[in-house]
Amino acid sequence: MRFVLKTRYAQDVDFFKHNGQRFWYGLLGLFVFVAPFLLDDFYTGELSLVFIYAIAGIGLMLLVGYTGLVSLGHAAFLAIGAYAHAYFMTEGAPFMVSLIGATAVCVVIGAIVGIPSLRMTGIYLAVATLAFAQIVEKVLAHWESVTGGHRGMAVPEPEIFSWSLGTPRAFYFLVLLVLIGALFCALNLLRSPTGRAMIAIRDSEISAQAMGINLARVKTTSFAVSAGFTGLAGGLLAHKIGYLAPDAFTILISIQLLLMVVVGGLGSMHGVIYGAVFIGLLPQGIAFLRESLPAGIGQIPGLEPGIFGLILVLFLVYEPLGIFGRWIKIRLFFSEFPLYRKSTYKRQKSYLRTERVH
Amino acid sequence: MELVQLLISGISQGCVYGLIALGFVLIYKATEMVNFAQGDLMMLGAFIAFGFINVLGWPFLWGFLATLAVMGVVGATLERLLLRPMIGEPPFAVLMLTIGLGFILRAVAGAIWGYEDKTLSTPYGGGVARWGEISVGYENIAVVLGTLVLCVLVFVFFRKTRVGIAMQAASQNQLAAYYVGIPVKWIFALVWAMSAMISATAGILVAPLSLINPIMGFVGIKAFAAAIVGGFGSLPGAFLAGLMIGIVEQFAKHGLPSGLEGFSETTAYVILLIMLFIRPEGIFATMQRKKV
Repeated sequence: MRFVLKTRYAQDVDFFKHNGQRFWYGLLGLFVFVAPFLLDDFYTGELSLVFIYAIAGIGLMLLVGYTGLVSLGHAAFLAIGAYAHAYFMTEGAPFMVSLIGATAVCVVIGAIVGIPSLRMTGIYLAVATLAFAQIVEKVLAHWESVTGGHRGMAVPEPEIFSWSLGTPRAFYFLVLLVLIGALFCALNLLRSPTGRAMIAIRDSEISAQAMGINLARVKTTSFAVSAGFTGLAGGLLAHKIGYLAPDAFTILISIQLLLMVVVGGLGSMHGVIYGAVFIGLLPQGIAFLRESLPAGIGQIPGLEPGIFGLILVLFLVYEPLGIFGRWIKIRLFFSEFPLYRKSTYKRQKSYLRTERVH
Repeated sequence: MELVQLLISGISQGCVYGLIALGFVLIYKATEMVNFAQGDLMMLGAFIAFGFINVLGWPFLWGFLATLAVMGVVGATLERLLLRPMIGEPPFAVLMLTIGLGFILRAVAGAIWGYEDKTLSTPYGGGVARWGEISVGYENIAVVLGTLVLCVLVFVFFRKTRVGIAMQAASQNQLAAYYVGIPVKWIFALVWAMSAMISATAGILVAPLSLINPIMGFVGIKAFAAAIVGGFGSLPGAFLAGLMIGIVEQFAKHGLPSGLEGFSETTAYVILLIMLFIRPEGIFATMQRKKV
């Protein structure tokens, strides 16, 4: 067990708690910057996809993991971000302007969607966002002058100051920088009063209100910021897939994003990264599984969503804290070796209706 | 005449939504869990009925009863294996769990029966009743009648029988229900079995109207919208809201200008959003806010 002696107030809000963390994160940072030179183009591309998922996951994590509002419609923001970015670029806007514009569009729409969240909680909100996503999907399919309808629309090559980012390696660095920036913004937000207010709302809306937190403002902010991050990821995703069609952003994508934050571990930014790595590598894993299984089982169509569902169920029943939670437990086990108590992370259950409404 | 015809097809479609919503409401009323896999249970029921009636060639009535029995066991097993460990967990976790369950059921059905459309043969299939210029398929009549009968049965069950009242008690306060001797675990298993049976009935009634395939359960999302519009936990509310959505949807399909017909699919969601804006607690309110 490591005890950190705090001698300065700034240590309370520091990104890194001690030098050990600085060392390991530095090593990780070094690795991700060297990685594209060690891997071939295919894996570099896969890794940039993982980073894009992570950016979208940061947005969803702020909403679900930190504010406690569930959204089943984040694919809509991903779609809006992607389409807005592609549209601005085909209209001639430079890459950076277009990406920021797409993010801004998502922030505004997110704030509008967030307003009803003041009156609804839990399931109601989840379903309202689901409804919103379904409507957005239809609008994208029918607004042909902007989105090209079912024919889809091509996404121009990204370039900054006439410097093309079309190669997998250049694109990787672009996505990596955006991810680091997004993580920095999110972590900064979380140690600001607004971020603390979000966590207070997650833990108990009523006590947050009693402490003088303006629920309306914080919830709407959370929605807007979350939509903004997801829209940003959408803009980058547009370049990754290259050709946009409305059926690329179905409810399955929303659920996949939720799966990502749940499997990674709700309520931690580490969880987002773990979840993104998991989701990014899963299709490869399943493809590998298909080859190694006997032909009869391996060739079943629709195996992939089934395995997604199975993993989600297993995590919720056996490890609701996600991959990150499991890691914390393993670490605690070794640091307290003979004295680890299984009940340290026992789940709090509530059996009364009044306990569940909060 | 056209209006009446539209109204009738709307009512029959609305009854489908209402019927699936009934399953949602039943589980919610008794266990405070939201089962997002309800549509997929319906799909599974339809496939099992297809297996008994079309593949094994059993008579319709026997196939129907056997399907009910199988689905009852499936529902209780799911509750025992997956949902019981989740009792007392936050509602969000249960919601996610049932979404995952829906994925699994769809993959299982696809693996066993494949993804081609299938038709269930029924003794009343294909027949049409006529009054003057109005014609109504027997399948539509069966859906409406089946829904009405089930609604009344479930309503009476909750109001009049000991088990139904025990279910309501378990929903109010699981601990207190336990203390007064209600076997809460059994009650939950029973609720899931009943809900799976209702879904199976819905599946069999719907099968002649829409073909059977693994993704037919997606209609469950619209039914879920109906359950919320009706005020979650209210049986008449779910039924009325289902009817309303079905009718409005049919009229939207007919009335929207050409090129925009696709938007009739979103009717349920538009109604849901409007309802959540005006009256978030639904037509018949049952949800409560915590008062301090």
